[in-house]
Amino acid sequence: MKLSREEVLHIAKLARIELREEEIEKFREQLSEILNFVEKLNELDTEGIDPKFSVVPPENVLREDIPGLSLPREKTFMNAPETDGEFFIVPKVVKK
Amino acid sequence: MEFEAVIGLEVHAQLLTKTKIFCSCKNEFGAPPNTNVCPVCLGMPGSLPVLNKRAVEYAVKAALALNCKINRYSVFARKHYFYPDLPKAYQITQYELPFAEHGWVEIEKSDGTKKRIRIRRIHMEEDAGKTIHGEGFDENSYVDLNRAGTPLIEIVSEPDISTPEEARLYMQKLRDILVWIGVNDGNLEEGSLRCDANVSIRPKGSKEFGTRTEIKNVNSFRFIQKALEYEIQRQIEVVKSGGEVVQETRLFDSAKGITKTMRTKEEAEDYRYFPEPDLPPLIIDDEWLESIRESLPELPDQVKERFVEEFKITPYDASILVRERALADFFEKAAKAYSGEAKRVANIIISDYLGILNEEKFSVEESPVKPEQMAQLLELVDKDVISIRVAKEEVLPEMVKTGKSPKEIVEAKGLVQISDESALKEIIKKVLANNEKAVKQYKEGNEKQKQKAVKFLIGQVMKETRGKANPKLLNQLIPQVLDEEG
Ligand SMILES: [Zn+2]
Repeated sequence: MKLSREEVLHIAKLARIELREEEIEKFREQLSEILNFVEKLNELDTEGIDPKFSVVPPENVLREDIPGLSLPREKTFMNAPETDGEFFIVPKVVKK
Repeated sequence: MEFEAVIGLEVHAQLLTKTKIFCSCKNEFGAPPNTNVCPVCLGMPGSLPVLNKRAVEYAVKAALALNCKINRYSVFARKHYFYPDLPKAYQITQYELPFAEHGWVEIEKSDGTKKRIRIRRIHMEEDAGKTIHGEGFDENSYVDLNRAGTPLIEIVSEPDISTPEEARLYMQKLRDILVWIGVNDGNLEEGSLRCDANVSIRPKGSKEFGTRTEIKNVNSFRFIQKALEYEIQRQIEVVKSGGEVVQETRLFDSAKGITKTMRTKEEAEDYRYFPEPDLPPLIIDDEWLESIRESLPELPDQVKERFVEEFKITPYDASILVRERALADFFEKAAKAYSGEAKRVANIIISDYLGILNEEKFSVEESPVKPEQMAQLLELVDKDVISIRVAKEEVLPEMVKTGKSPKEIVEAKGLVQISDESALKEIIKKVLANNEKAVKQYKEGNEKQKQKAVKFLIGQVMKETRGKANPKLLNQLIPQVLDEEG
């Protein structure tokens, strides 16, 4: 099984990355290899076995609804590329 | 050809927990931007979500009130998309296995007919942050992540809704129930309750579905109805002119009252859902479910029925009284404290008290008037101490303003009804002297004109006495004085 060129471009678009022409073919190969490897799982007969949604023990892990400490703004914005001290500033994202 | 619409709504409701769904940051509206945030809701690497127990309880409470079946085993999932106010670049939600399914609510249309709208599913999820877009030449957007991680339930209806009116009623009904059980504050302006509508049209009577469009983020009851009215008409015109409805997402422009394309199917998102590995599946066992069920109050429709039955008030009045839990409680207590018919309590609340509260900008809860005082007020009328007009126009507003008892107000303001015959006769004579025309009408007119004249004169005496004259006595005294005068 090999991914189509369109599928690679679709995945790139979803990941918001731009691919150069030669990269399209390269990732087409690599992604297909990964899929083929995982494809092995489909050889197993899973008839009558419920899908497993989690590998942790089936037990609730819950928090009481009690407020804790939030971060001070200096910390919150420490890694922000741009801020005015109140907001995270990003390029305008208005959808038309 | 005649067309009919097929509408389904997705309603997002914020839950009134103290903290967010997966972290202990405060869940509050209006805090300074980016002050209720932590590594979890900022999507910092290495942080882990932990589910808020009360969020689950509120969600289940809502689902029970909406007649849903609770799934004992449900699973959180990641929904992927990029937007600056979604720090993890995925939203934690539920997908294949939501915690609740197969519910319904009943709406009552303006013609009195009832209709059941089925609910397909309810799932839990986290809200995103808020983005404010710079205006004019400002090429920035500003992101506030206080709202990121607010617990939400998304209530997805079946496409059982056929008109914009039904859509509005359904949304109002959801709001009334969620506010009543205390899981949502019902504040649409602040975004506590938001609605996306799916709508398509088809020839009347057809079983097939047409191509649907989705209208995003309609945030008032009026706008839901307006947006749908516009969109249905738009689709009908497309089809009538030989075109085809395109599957797309549309935005409602409330200023212009129209919907416009936001994105088409080709640009539709591909969310790549998968089970959230950071959270175990949610298990709701019998014991937990029962304890939540026990915490559920009597619901508005049940209370309404009981009011009609127990207090002999009209279904219409009952439906107004159960619009709000505090109001229903107030009525019930006042009706029980009152020695007369509960109907009169319902009357004064609906036609006078609510209006006064509105004027004074008080909610029922904020009002200082106690239910027992409302009963006392009506009893003063019953005992002929004050007229009903004085009760409504003078005493009740003062009760709302000052919180004083009706008796205190009546005494302090000298509002006791004038039932002294000779005093009333004096006033009547004075009024007659000033209203020769009515007197003439009484003396020369037929029976009907006579009655009219008396009625007019009663009004004049009431005016003169600022409503304090005993109306029953006036009815008898005015003709008497007129006849005596010859
Ligand atoms: Zn947080």
